[in-house]
Amino acid sequence: MRKLLLAISILALAGTAASADPLADRKALMKERGKLTGDLSKVVKGQEPFDAASVLRTLEAMKDNAGKFDIGALYPEGSNTGDTSAAPAIWDNPDGFRDAEKKFEDAVGAALADAPADLDALKAKFGAIGASCGACHENFRIHKG
Amino acid sequence: MSRVGKVGAIFGLVIAAGSAAGWFLSAPQRPDQRIMTTAEPGNAERGLRIFHAGGCASCHAAKGAEGEARFQLAGGVELRTPFGTFVAPNISQDASDGIGNWTLDDFAAAMLKGVSPDGRHYYPAFPYTSYARMKPQDIADLFAFMQTLPAVAGQTAGHDLAFPFNVRRGIGLWKLLYMSDRPVVEIADASDKVLAGRYLVEGPGHCGECHTPRDFAGGPDTGRWLAGAVAAEGDGVVPNITAGEGGIADWSEADIAGYLETGFTPDFDSVGGSMAEVQRNMAELTSEDREAIAAYLKAIPAHPNGYPARRP
Repeated sequence: MRKLLLAISILALAGTAASADPLADRKALMKERGKLTGDLSKVVKGQEPFDAASVLRTLEAMKDNAGKFDIGALYPEGSNTGDTSAAPAIWDNPDGFRDAEKKFEDAVGAALADAPADLDALKAKFGAIGASCGACHENFRIHKG
Repeated sequence: MSRVGKVGAIFGLVIAAGSAAGWFLSAPQRPDQRIMTTAEPGNAERGLRIFHAGGCASCHAAKGAEGEARFQLAGGVELRTPFGTFVAPNISQDASDGIGNWTLDDFAAAMLKGVSPDGRHYYPAFPYTSYARMKPQDIADLFAFMQTLPAVAGQTAGHDLAFPFNVRRGIGLWKLLYMSDRPVVEIADASDKVLAGRYLVEGPGHCGECHTPRDFAGGPDTGRWLAGAVAAEGDGVVPNITAGEGGIADWSEADIAGYLETGFTPDFDSVGGSMAEVQRNMAELTSEDREAIAAYLKAIPAHPNGYPARRP
């Protein structure tokens, strides 16, 4: 029992400690966001049937993803170089970056607060979520090839 | 006269002749008046499509403008390039600060020849090297549409360029090298759809202005058409949109058309950088236009990336 508790506390500590590889972590989170967005988009485009429960699960997963998006840990000073498409504006304009990220959280939050009961409702919520992706990438992401 | 003197005199004459030729060759030209007489009176409704296809609002409306503000064309957006900073001018209907007093011929001279009503060369930051391929009817329709837009007072700051780029006359020689109203890509047995896409991409859409690498003099390297390029602003790159290595070979036509409509790539990354602005314009076109663009992009020659590989 003590061993188990110890293992749990070590795991918990590891979870809160600063990330060893912020580039990998933020990429994984963005990748997951893209996948979840894709899941919703398939429903919006009619490629998958609308299922309220499954849409809700996807939105919950987006909320979890946003909850893990700790800007300080994921974008520490000095993590602007290497294999990253993070734009210098992230560090030059941290408030703007925070606001842009918050737009995604807010759009997901709004969708969860009034969970879409049909396809049309989902379309409206999805529009705001999708727009938040582009709004942030417009100013805070650059292609480096 | 000594031999050195003679050589010097001849050399001087050659330079003088060269300068005279250069002065003559660099003179701003207005389009042949007959070009615009082939167009019927402009139709503002059709002109709205050209306005979106041409991306006018992206530079001439305020940065980040939404809704009706995208039709307030007071200019002011800055393009910071290695040549210096270009400032998009006011092209609203204001009679003194904008283009409210322009005639259709003035407008055609600007769009097709890059020449202002007072006979000066515009800098090619205004993408007339692409607009030169536009149909006179589209110019007339666009002009009719622009005349329905509001007048917004206010002059923008001038460009801030270093020598020799601040010598406008030099642009005349540049134009001789790089301006053409001919299509860039010849495609054997092209369908009407591909040709419609070629027109939108190479003409009003001016996609090549960012997606094609430039040579030492800042002209488009058409041998690597749409192969991607080092971005004019900032330290990023503009992606390769041919089917070559690093490009979009694995995108279907539906993927491309869908991206232009929604801003999402096939793997649900989203549009970013200055393309976000372009995509908002593309979303305003019909799906037929977006599908034509997609068909053209799948039909053009494949090139490897037109920008240097990334340093590790």
